[in-house]
Amino acid sequence: MQKLLKRFLPVLLVLSMVGLAQAKTLVYCSEGSPEGFNPSLYTAGTTFDASSRAVFEGLTHFIRGTTQLEPGMAESWEVSPDGKTYTFHLRKGVKFHSAKHFKPTRDMNADDVIYTFERQWKKDHPFYAVSGGNYEYFNGMSMPDLLKSIEKVDDYTVKFVLNRPEAPMLANLGMDFAVIQSAEYADAMMKAGTPEKVDQWPIGTGPFVFEGYKKDAQIRYTAFKDYWKGKAPIDKLVFSITPDASVRYAKLKAGECQVMPYPNPADIAAMKADPNINLMEQEGLNVGYLAYNTKVAPTDNVKVRKALNHAINKQAIIDTVFQGAGKIAKNPIPPTIWSYNEATVDDAYDVELAKKLLAEAGYPDGFEMKIWAMPVQRPYNPNARRMAEVIQADWAKIGVKAEIVSYEWGEYLKRSKDVNRDGAVLLGWTGDNGDPDNFLAVLLGCDGVGGSNRAQWCYKPFEDLIQKAKVVADPAERTKLYEQAQIVFKEQAPWATIAHSVVFKPLSKNVVNFKIDPFGGHVFYGVDLK
Amino acid sequence: MVIPTFVGVTLLTFALIRLIPGDPVELMAGERGVDPARHAELLAQMGLDKPLLVQYWNYLTGIFQGDLGTSIVTREPVIREFFTLFPATMELSLCAITIAVLVGLPAGIIAAVRRGKVTDYTVMGLSLTGYSMPIFWWGLLLILLFSVGLGWTPVSGRISAMFWVDEVTGFMLIDAFLSDEAGALTSAIRHLILPSIVLATIPLAVIARMTRSSMLEVLREDYVQVARAKGLAMWLVVCVHALRNALIPVITVIGLQIGVLMAGAILTETIFSWPGIGKWLLDSIYRRDYPSVQGGILLIACIVIVVNLTVDILYGVVNPRIRHNR
Repeated sequence: MQKLLKRFLPVLLVLSMVGLAQAKTLVYCSEGSPEGFNPSLYTAGTTFDASSRAVFEGLTHFIRGTTQLEPGMAESWEVSPDGKTYTFHLRKGVKFHSAKHFKPTRDMNADDVIYTFERQWKKDHPFYAVSGGNYEYFNGMSMPDLLKSIEKVDDYTVKFVLNRPEAPMLANLGMDFAVIQSAEYADAMMKAGTPEKVDQWPIGTGPFVFEGYKKDAQIRYTAFKDYWKGKAPIDKLVFSITPDASVRYAKLKAGECQVMPYPNPADIAAMKADPNINLMEQEGLNVGYLAYNTKVAPTDNVKVRKALNHAINKQAIIDTVFQGAGKIAKNPIPPTIWSYNEATVDDAYDVELAKKLLAEAGYPDGFEMKIWAMPVQRPYNPNARRMAEVIQADWAKIGVKAEIVSYEWGEYLKRSKDVNRDGAVLLGWTGDNGDPDNFLAVLLGCDGVGGSNRAQWCYKPFEDLIQKAKVVADPAERTKLYEQAQIVFKEQAPWATIAHSVVFKPLSKNVVNFKIDPFGGHVFYGVDLK
Repeated sequence: MVIPTFVGVTLLTFALIRLIPGDPVELMAGERGVDPARHAELLAQMGLDKPLLVQYWNYLTGIFQGDLGTSIVTREPVIREFFTLFPATMELSLCAITIAVLVGLPAGIIAAVRRGKVTDYTVMGLSLTGYSMPIFWWGLLLILLFSVGLGWTPVSGRISAMFWVDEVTGFMLIDAFLSDEAGALTSAIRHLILPSIVLATIPLAVIARMTRSSMLEVLREDYVQVARAKGLAMWLVVCVHALRNALIPVITVIGLQIGVLMAGAILTETIFSWPGIGKWLLDSIYRRDYPSVQGGILLIACIVIVVNLTVDILYGVVNPRIRHNR
């Protein structure tokens, strides 16, 4: 009876919650379930939030809330004059987390670095095929082509030898797929006959220790007492998985969570007016664009592309599609990335000029073409169908009859890569590592034709600039090259750059020191509760 | 009938998910994309490079070995994922069907007994409204009113984020009861209220309407008229003499509601962040996770088949004549 009373007594519930509140528990209403807990196996930001950004750390590290790099597991590094050898000096005294099934006996060292990268790289590595063996980011960042060898110089020194110079290498190593994992843990799990456990129960060196996951419901962490930077101000971190944005907002209002991602654009005004909510906002590290097919007539003609660009009223798109939560994009990289060229001039909305250019190109009466509208909402485009309708109406004014087409998302991505594709494609990109190369080379480089380069644009003067910038180590020189590349881009207009979205992050008023991550992630080290 | 139904379900789920346009590899890669060689390699890894007949054969032989495949997203065995989440759906469905029966049956009986009166019109009007109401809208409305406005119930989830209850049975009410965490059971009950009501709404409406029409038919029977003529109280006639016979079609409808509950669970679980198989299936469809969709629907179909068999057996318990006729 006493036990029953104890369970039912709401007073005790209140008391227990007060007790837990004293333990400083931050509840984050996350938008979905992680695919797993090894960030090198997956590509979703939701997975990274739950793994790499809480539990692990890489050799290099992005300063919270910025795209600037700082030392992480590597205390310092040297780059050889030819840009092909990176020597990392590892931080000493970095502890791995403990769990019931694993107690580390040593600090992080070079063996862990070698294990982390060789697992993703070498097909004969005992862990390569564990948990499916899909290392999409590692492959996507061309690491297998780039790496020549990784050598252990001593316990705290590792040498990466590359096949070619790669200026964005340090930024690549700060990405989620490259976080350092424990070789000792992997060995122990292999010996226990449960190698896949390393991907289900993460053991890292980061600020939060993984405590458990209830599928599709909750993930729980505690602050790591031995964290090398010092214990996090909060004691417990809970991810309360809440897929619906309206419900996340309701939970925030009801005090059931303190931080929520991805609010509904329609709720922004109410959030701004709510005295209990602190609505943070920041320009996203993204760009939404309309990619013409530069290989197919009539958009193989620069004048046609320029004419179409001049006919688009971008401000109307910002007002109607983004509902003000976006900024006009003039360059293919967002303004928050270094080397953003302030001097470029955007193709202003000018219907008469557009008509003139179209006539000069030999299309005085316009033509018919297609606009591809994505079927999904993305951070860089909240409503592609609506955006396509605005563009369709704008182009009609210069005699261009546009037909809007759409496909299921997977099909859309696949078909839009086709070199002979008919029409201009609405798409976008969110940066991975804050390096201009991650936008310009991936989206507009010759290697991306038939793939991520939806404009199918391979233009030698531009390609020479970005390839040179990739191998030059001096940041000032790289900046000049990328600035020049942006000028060439504007002249050739393979895209109509549409917008950079603004990211909103609603928090409870008692959350302090939260910083919006430009990469779209959620980092809770340093965050506190009043 | 069980075997053809089973084969039909395997064939349908296998074909339907493949008929939906979309490539799991492209979806996984997103805007970044994968090069054609890697695309082919990944398809081969998933077994999707083989002819459809071979894929279907592999799927069938897997089923008979108790292997429903591995999720192409999480790399977890489908059967393990399903049974991790199934207790949550089961718990919600049981609560919903209990509410639907406890409220729907009396409501239908009252409407039948008071046919043509205000009570009848009210019950039928409400049940029609309940049946027609979009679940998503209804759920959000209840959340806004009871959780955000009045603060009586939690917004979503199975238990407060402040509790971490060890999974013993997977049923939160039982696990919370067994746990040492004070207040966990109260929290679990409070979390169950709104989703149960939302999920119960449509079955409740159907049960109430079916009970009413069935009861009206029985009340017209001669033996009921005789009982009334003998001077028995109305409640006695209804509860003792009429109800048993009126229940036969109602039980059929209750059995059929299991399928409705499973379909309703997809929306209810999404609104209330309820970690059950409904939401899991929906996510699997979005991600074109073929093994999860195939395996999940097959297991649900098996459950519906078992429930229908149970309903058939129950007929005999309720009405002995059906038992004798066999």
